Amino acid sequence: MDMPVAASASPTAVSRRIYRHRLPVRVMHWINVVCLTILLMSGLTIFNAHPALYWGQSSTFDKPWVAITAVQGPNGPVGVTRIAGHQFATDGVLGRSRVGDAAAPTVRAFPSWATIPGPQWLSMGRHWHFFFAWLFVINGIAYVSYAIFSGHLTRDLLPTREEWRNIGRSIKDHLLFKHPTGAAAKRYNVLQNLTYLVVIFGLLPLVVIAGMAMSPRLDAVFPGWIEVLGGRQSARTLHFLAASGLLLFVAVHLFEVLISGAWNQIRSMITGYFVVPADKREVRS
Amino acid sequence: MNAHRTNGARMRSGHARREPSRRTALRTALASAGTLALAGCDRLSRNDAFVDVLKSAEQLSHAAHRAVAGRKAMAQEFTPADVAAHFKGNGTLVPGDADYQALMRGGFKDWKLEVAGLVEQPASFSLAELRAMPSRTQITRHDCVEGWSTIGKWKGVQLGHVLGLVKPLPNAKYVVFRCADSMDGLSTPTNDTRYYESVDLDDAYHVQTVLAYELNDQPLPVTNGAPLRVRIERQLGYKHAKYVMKLELVESFASIRDGHGGYWEDNGYEWYAGI
Repeated sequence: MDMPVAASASPTAVSRRIYRHRLPVRVMHWINVVCLTILLMSGLTIFNAHPALYWGQSSTFDKPWVAITAVQGPNGPVGVTRIAGHQFATDGVLGRSRVGDAAAPTVRAFPSWATIPGPQWLSMGRHWHFFFAWLFVINGIAYVSYAIFSGHLTRDLLPTREEWRNIGRSIKDHLLFKHPTGAAAKRYNVLQNLTYLVVIFGLLPLVVIAGMAMSPRLDAVFPGWIEVLGGRQSARTLHFLAASGLLLFVAVHLFEVLISGAWNQIRSMITGYFVVPADKREVRS
Repeated sequence: MNAHRTNGARMRSGHARREPSRRTALRTALASAGTLALAGCDRLSRNDAFVDVLKSAEQLSHAAHRAVAGRKAMAQEFTPADVAAHFKGNGTLVPGDADYQALMRGGFKDWKLEVAGLVEQPASFSLAELRAMPSRTQITRHDCVEGWSTIGKWKGVQLGHVLGLVKPLPNAKYVVFRCADSMDGLSTPTNDTRYYESVDLDDAYHVQTVLAYELNDQPLPVTNGAPLRVRIERQLGYKHAKYVMKLELVESFASIRDGHGGYWEDNGYEWYAGI
């Protein structure tokens, strides 16, 4: 435990403004926000064209492992979601929902507020998806190159030995929503590091490679390479799951931003400057 | 690991402020920005100039795909064990057009494939003549633009072989497939709505590009395009025109129908369907 120190006497008791995010990271972050949002929503438009997922090379139409559909109820169709043999009532959101201000619901897998464009329009969803897929991949390659060559990767993203040792405490702090203050707040914490590494070197490459595996022309680069992913329908499933993983990451990321000083966090990703909260442990004691 | 070397130098002092009003304002702003952005995306989808920007990705994809999977790169072929019990039919399942109905009733005995346009020797071939030509059998995966896949065994004559018989002229750049099935109500003399497609000569002369008359060791069923459909194995299903009646070699498809090279292309889909 730290020695009791009078707040005014402690240098860490005063919050400080530090330059946290450099310009290239900030620019690429916001390009990524736009790309991921559009890719996710236009991807749901494409999914809606055949709202079922399979494993293997080809579609086993009578037994998808995921299907978002509508079943005939006593008062007309009702939206349902089936996952691995279990059926869930999801009417109003999944399977059947209102498009815009329409009076009557439409049978469609994902609702119009989650898709680009809103009304079901496969060809337009594909145009959005593939344009922003290019931007997303170019931005991703630029980011990874920058991270490696600028030292961002080793300096900020890789956990130190010290951080590995204290991982238990970091998990406990996270579960208690305790956010680091003082010197510790200047650096990404170890769970943050690991999450970013899994997203940057796991989920993002997977979503891109599984997406490419769905292209019949790219399958011809080395005939059979997509067997690595289990075949084309497995690739479609993995593309969907990786995208779901990214959505989960974004949800947790936004939650953490909101509960750890939303304005300070967002401002730091715009201007680069982050206010390090005063070290509460020292102030309190 | 020497974490703050650069950050430390730029450190400035200041005070953290708590701003609940800003936070609420931010949340409201984000919510309304979301609604506006959605409406904006729909409006942009109807703006031709913007959609042209989006569509520029098609050229990029086509060029990149040609670079990594060359003109002759082969689509994966499968084993008989992979063949689906039922090959899903999609799009037109039975053409309602009177001329096609008559051919169908006659078991396609009077059907002929016409080959015309920019060729030295225009010709037409009966089904028996096509069957007498050298054939290729391949088990391939059919990928629909909607997202599903089905594996089937196809037998037919390579399009390259037929082109060799008619000898395309040097200025021929595309093969247009003219089909029997009307898509938007039955065709009239002034309103042709029949399906059509087109491919460049790279795909036309590709080893796996086959004019198929058999599916899974049976004569091609009507739901899958009887009596003849084309297989363009490295592109999506809508390129694989069914109910093919005529091949037309052209220099450009700009003057055909809406000018985009195919029925679905005229309805907004990409001409290059390798993705």
